[in-house]
Amino acid sequence: MMTLKVNGKDHVVDADPDTPLLYVLRDDLKLNAAKFGCGLGQCGACTVIVDGKAVLSCVTPLLLLDGKQVTTLEGLGTIEAPAPIQRAFMEEQAAQCGYCISGMMMRAQALLQRNSKPTDAQIRAELQPNLCRCGTHMRIMRAVHRASRLMDSADASPVIQRSAP
Amino acid sequence: MTGSPRMIAAAIAGVLIAAGIAGFAVTWRPAIAAVEPPSPQSFDPVLVKRGRELAAIGNCNDCHTMRGGSSFAGGLPVPTPFGTIYSSNITPDPDTGIGRWPEQAFRRAMRSGVDRDGQHLYPTFPYDHFTNVSDEDDRALYAFLMTRPPVHAPARDNQLSFPLDQRFVVAGWKLLFLRHGGYQPDGGRSAEWNRGAYLVEGLAHCGSCHTPRNGLGAERPDAQFAGGDVDNWHAYAINSQSPSPVPWNADTLFSYLRRGWDSDHGTARGPMAEVVSNLSSVSESDVRAIALYMADVFGAPAPDRIRHGEAVLAQAKMRAKTQAGAPAAQAANGAATQDWTMNATGASIYAAACATCHESNRALPYGGVNLALSTALSGPDPRNAVNIVLSGVRPVPGERSPIMPGFADSMNNEQIVALLQFLRGRFSNQPAWSGVAKTVLDARRMQTVFLQTSPGPSNPPADATQRGGP
Ligand code: FES
Ligand code: FES
Repeated sequence: MMTLKVNGKDHVVDADPDTPLLYVLRDDLKLNAAKFGCGLGQCGACTVIVDGKAVLSCVTPLLLLDGKQVTTLEGLGTIEAPAPIQRAFMEEQAAQCGYCISGMMMRAQALLQRNSKPTDAQIRAELQPNLCRCGTHMRIMRAVHRASRLMDSADASPVIQRSAP
Repeated sequence: MTGSPRMIAAAIAGVLIAAGIAGFAVTWRPAIAAVEPPSPQSFDPVLVKRGRELAAIGNCNDCHTMRGGSSFAGGLPVPTPFGTIYSSNITPDPDTGIGRWPEQAFRRAMRSGVDRDGQHLYPTFPYDHFTNVSDEDDRALYAFLMTRPPVHAPARDNQLSFPLDQRFVVAGWKLLFLRHGGYQPDGGRSAEWNRGAYLVEGLAHCGSCHTPRNGLGAERPDAQFAGGDVDNWHAYAINSQSPSPVPWNADTLFSYLRRGWDSDHGTARGPMAEVVSNLSSVSESDVRAIALYMADVFGAPAPDRIRHGEAVLAQAKMRAKTQAGAPAAQAANGAATQDWTMNATGASIYAAACATCHESNRALPYGGVNLALSTALSGPDPRNAVNIVLSGVRPVPGERSPIMPGFADSMNNEQIVALLQFLRGRFSNQPAWSGVAKTVLDARRMQTVFLQTSPGPSNPPADATQRGGP
């Protein structure tokens, strides 16, 4: 039993400390945005944000998460009120099959929180661990730039923090 | 009888003048007249091609190229215990590179560490090795560099304090440590051995990283290849003191240097990744010669090292077959000196984050090496293991290559320390490391710097044929 903070809420999870975060998110908390691609830390489909940093949830066991804040794509925005990063990916039609896109958005979000105006080279370097087999890389690049512009006019913090009093 | 004051004064003046002349003779080097930049077409393409391979063996691009910068345009900060030195622009740009250097000036720089203007170069440029390069090879290197695209990139100012910022000081260093005379072949050895020795002691300058340095920054002749430092990595001992669990031989060295990995030892990474990446593009016979010579430098392993290596290998193979789990490694490492079984945090992190790859059946280079074979964990210094856990092994863009995720953002320092101590205890037969916590702190700081400045992949390609040369 341990308490896991995900998208601003505390969840008591009944899992071994060596369970990968990805399994807990998908199987126990039914947060299915993060995807299982390789399970080996090689594809980025499972990327989530932990304490502001992009982390591969398939190789991050629960025992590393004590006292840390996990944010998944569900924590950024909703269908009704998408976050800037989500709007930007939709507007640029960046998803083909979409399998990689949640991970791409999470890593891009972590980058934009740190550096609100990244260059092409910085985006490429940052997203390098995330693979896209459909080849929508150019649209993803445009979407990240668009998100950066949208964030100038919108509040880019995750919804859960925005709605907090 | 004492001499008159006048005679004494004259004698003193004489001595001073003589000392002055001697000092001048030691430090002063003439400028070599500039030439009109030779046109690239004036060089024989065969010579240029030969120069390309030699430049790869010399690993020139590694220091003379910045990450994201133009090839050979210099500017890479090289941290030394004495201050930071920036690599120079060796493209044929007439104003900021070596475009106006005649071949004779290039050869003098390689042989004696003096630039065209007659200034002494700092020994960060390893002319203590390059002095052994033959005239013929210098000519080919010159032809290769003079046919690269010229890049306008002014030199950056070195950050050195007085008196080291005075270049004449380097003349004194050379007097002490620079041995001229070129490579002297050993008639009692094969041509291949001599070829390997010529490359290793000369252009390939292996000792620059793998030999420890004295207080004045010169390689210690009494400790050749006994292990040194480079960019916050430890360059392992590559002589009889090698800490690798399985002893090296000419075949495994060849496979490692040529392909970037060897199944009994693992994958090259850190600064060595660039070296093997370069060696994948040169002629196979030169890499074989280097491997043959180095196997001789390693020497024949002692019987107990052979036994230990065989035990570790047998156990690694058994694990790959049976997925035996649990502490098979300890059987081979009977003498493990710390009680790693008490380290529950480290053990669970290993089981949850590392074992999926490092105990999988996938063969190298795509599977993780069995950590009982890891030199990083058996070596005297935890830096390499810490660096890898933090940054992982990045793939070469667009190529098939080994890959490992970094854990800098998912593990805090205490967790990394616990993991490292567990790995050391379980997978090596060496005493526990001390100061791992400080190593982790330093590595986090250096990691950022290294990622910004390192020019190349942090990882070699798996298949040499997929790579173009520099
Ligand atoms: S599923 Fe985590 S990196 Fe591929
Ligand atoms: S959109 Fe299909 S994998 Fe990226």
